[in-house]
Amino acid sequence: MYRYDEFDHAFVNERVAQFRDQAARRLSGELTEEEFRPHRLMNGLYLQLHAYMLRVAIPYGTLSSRQMRKLAHIARRYDRGYGHFTTRQNIQYNWPALEDVPDILAELAEVEMHAIQTSGNCIRNVTADQFSGVAADEIEDPRIYAEIIRQWSSLHPEFSFLPRKFKIAVTGAAEDRAAVAFHDIGLRIVRDGNGEGDGEVGFEVIVGGGQGRTPMIGKTIRPFLPKEHLLSYLEAILRVYNLLGRRDNLFKARIKILVHEVGAAAFTGMVEEEWEQLKGGPVELPKGELERILAYFAPPAYERLPAVTPAFEAKKFEDRAFARWAEVNLFPHKQPGYAVVNLSLKPEGEPPGDATAAQMDAIADLADRYSLSEIRVTHEQNLVLPYVRQADLHALWQELVPLGLATANIGRVTDIIACPGLDYCSLANARSIPVAQQITRRFNDLTRIHDIDELKIKISGCINACGHHHVGHIGILGVDKKGEEFYQITLGGDATQTAAIGAIIGPAFSAAEVVDAVETLVNTYVDLREPGERFLDTYRRVGPAPFKEKLYATH
Amino acid sequence: MPQQVLTANRLSDGAVVFLDAEGRWSERIAAARVAEKADAQALTNAGEATAAEVVAPYLIDVTLEAEGPRPLRYRERIRAFGPSIHPEFAK
Repeated sequence: MYRYDEFDHAFVNERVAQFRDQAARRLSGELTEEEFRPHRLMNGLYLQLHAYMLRVAIPYGTLSSRQMRKLAHIARRYDRGYGHFTTRQNIQYNWPALEDVPDILAELAEVEMHAIQTSGNCIRNVTADQFSGVAADEIEDPRIYAEIIRQWSSLHPEFSFLPRKFKIAVTGAAEDRAAVAFHDIGLRIVRDGNGEGDGEVGFEVIVGGGQGRTPMIGKTIRPFLPKEHLLSYLEAILRVYNLLGRRDNLFKARIKILVHEVGAAAFTGMVEEEWEQLKGGPVELPKGELERILAYFAPPAYERLPAVTPAFEAKKFEDRAFARWAEVNLFPHKQPGYAVVNLSLKPEGEPPGDATAAQMDAIADLADRYSLSEIRVTHEQNLVLPYVRQADLHALWQELVPLGLATANIGRVTDIIACPGLDYCSLANARSIPVAQQITRRFNDLTRIHDIDELKIKISGCINACGHHHVGHIGILGVDKKGEEFYQITLGGDATQTAAIGAIIGPAFSAAEVVDAVETLVNTYVDLREPGERFLDTYRRVGPAPFKEKLYATH
Repeated sequence: MPQQVLTANRLSDGAVVFLDAEGRWSERIAAARVAEKADAQALTNAGEATAAEVVAPYLIDVTLEAEGPRPLRYRERIRAFGPSIHPEFAK
């Protein structure tokens, strides 16, 4: 893992001191809310429906056990005993008092964490594939480049007041687990040439993706960028956006609108022209600095193990519940004899992505004992132990079960992304979490869940799409219709390398109807599917008509 | 015609509060001072003395029921009574 150097420590501690002073002046009445608001937002502090909300950055979703214990401590001491892991691999606390926030930030700084750039019109926390560095299908570890981008973008004076917020995601594998096509900039680590063999490694640069009220799939503006030019090319993109992005209309200010309005070819031309001025200049990463950062992400001292662990195979044979969990909650590791373990934060009836302080402490302990003290946060609101020996999997699973962290549902119908919705969020039009809870209660039979196979349901409580409904195989959008909660359903969305934006299937459903509607869609797929087809495959083959027919047959 | 109460978030901790009959900010909507919509300016004026204790006060429509004022919009009901997913935090 990356460790702070003296510059990181200095700027984070300076910011804590600044915010302590700003908060004190606000509480004394010296600052008005209008004056204070930009300061609190620059430190990730929002004012939501019921309380303040503090969003803490987890760079590219990587946490040490020490950091996780600190997050648990903050939840217990300053909040209400839990935290919420988000689609941007961050954690949010829903109940902090303003007077406590300076102390919370000071405690975070002790473990090399902060809440800077988790709000505001700046470059936000950089996200990455949660399996970075351990995925069997990876070309290179994207965390190295995410960290370089983090350092470059932190307090970047030129890009601290962009037209709108700016999100960057990096993936290192062909299978896109970071939704790079739906970010302002998506970076895909690729090999030059035909994608095979040992061509030079660099980046495919994708720009102008996003969700919200105007969902767009990002456009590839450069199929191959040599690694050494990463920062100069990013700087060129940001400069073009900073100059031409709209500041007169909040809803048209994201880079996706600029790329759409000028066209991808013209936008590319402007970026390339700007890049000619920057290429080879001082922003290019010195080789020595790249090597310094690379060293932080060197593979750990793995044990040399056989690819197949007989004890693990035997336990799967003996214990059906364990076998079911292993079937869907493990991911292939690049190191023989190891596995990547997904901890589901989607148990039946619970808010997606929430973890209690007790769970966080327990996960930190398990990470110490089974996963080289490291944890990852996924954009699908689950957690990952990235370095588990196959021989330890059964023992780990037995400890996860009583903690409520072993639901065997990763990528399945109950592994739902949901935004906080109207239960917490001041922007929401409808609740999201209760819909997710009801769906998990409806689909509470593991045999059925596994039979349904991969199915991604994503729920947003308003058009801002924090719950990623546009890219759900089944997307659910909460809307306010004459003072009542209604839910609009979209089908066919896809956040991966086969990116697609879901299409509205028909009129919205009431809160009382929406779970039945989801079940109708699932049953329709089960009736129509051909062997080996996932929901998305069937939908793409047959189109919306049969689903629509079933959904509205009784209406 | 609906009646109104004045609500805000408390500056120190962000808690949802309502202006009561004594001009103080209460966490209980049951304690809120209720005014006819036509007289709502009086509520706003009454809140000015203690405005420094809160953030962004605004008026909401309510109906008067046996247990007290009940917001008309469900957004405001969730604000007043707590998140629906955490009954243990209900007010």
